[in-house]
Amino acid sequence: MADEVLFDFLHMEMVSHVYKEHKSSKGESESKERAVCVSILEGMGFRVGQGLIERMTKDSPSFKDELDMMKFICKDFWTQVFRKQIDNLRTNHQGTYVLQDNKFALLTQLSNGKQYLEEAPKVYLAYSCGLVRGALSNLGLESVVTAEVSLMPSCKFQVVIQKL
Amino acid sequence: MLFYHHGYASGACVCVCICCVFKSCCRLCLQNSELFTLTYGALVTQLCKDYENDEEVNKQLDKMGYNIGVRLIEDFLARSSVGRCQDFRETADVIAKVAFKMYLGVTPSVTNWSPAGDEFSLILESNPLVDFVELPDNHNALIYSNLLCGVLRGALEMVQMAVDVRFAQDTLRGDNVTELRMKFIKRIEENLPAGDE
Repeated sequence: MADEVLFDFLHMEMVSHVYKEHKSSKGESESKERAVCVSILEGMGFRVGQGLIERMTKDSPSFKDELDMMKFICKDFWTQVFRKQIDNLRTNHQGTYVLQDNKFALLTQLSNGKQYLEEAPKVYLAYSCGLVRGALSNLGLESVVTAEVSLMPSCKFQVVIQKL
Repeated sequence: MLFYHHGYASGACVCVCICCVFKSCCRLCLQNSELFTLTYGALVTQLCKDYENDEEVNKQLDKMGYNIGVRLIEDFLARSSVGRCQDFRETADVIAKVAFKMYLGVTPSVTNWSPAGDEFSLILESNPLVDFVELPDNHNALIYSNLLCGVLRGALEMVQMAVDVRFAQDTLRGDNVTELRMKFIKRIEENLPAGDE
């Protein structure tokens, strides 16, 4: 079933729509507009991520520790959502993790190279960051998730677990 | 959370996949459609926040669906390698048996042909878009799955057919089935590039 294509197209259209809708006519700065778009898309991703992880882990035993959860995100979660595993996981063992995906599913259609590098991370990856943050939230971890692209279609997600 | 109740949808995804020999693979395969379904729900929820009335949300969904449809058709033609349809009946069959099956994992039945053969219904026993969804009371005019109408309209326009698509029945609004009514309006002449006259 080719529904991943449907998701790709829907995601593209969603980003485009949110971007157009919140294009301010008042001459506000572009970075402020972008921040609004990012926050909306991230919020949408957050709730979907929560729902997805709930269904994925309903039959699983509980996780040993934080690293165990991150590995689950990198393998099972990433495979279901982005059709492959994370290529590289790094951590400082103090709550910061960097997840590297060398061929991120949502970027492969955009460009191979430096085009769109400006717009890509913030707005286009906002939804995906939300998915990760939502998934972690339902696993009991509050976090801040950001994404960075240096060369398409490879990107890095930085997850900083918030200690309460 | 406007729309969701947490339950396990029955028949969420009918997927017969030859790779599903192992249970773990099957679990993934079965759940793939959830990302799309849940994302769609989040989108509709957001649109309801952005716009004051259901009519406007319906319009936006249709427009977004159209934008998706005009691109989806290329993907469809590449994947399915169906040739040009000879008539509207063939188009209906391809939509129901190939396209819907390919993208949504369901095969609607094609019925209720008009005498002139220019209008038909697609009947969906279950609509994959509405898994986990309940409409709250104050959204009576919302056509939740209206994206589908836009997608079909956009896709067919790219193959030179102007159609009108609307929901005649909707399980979310209490009907037994979901029914899409598709009407052929006219054939669109291919536009010659400027300067070719």
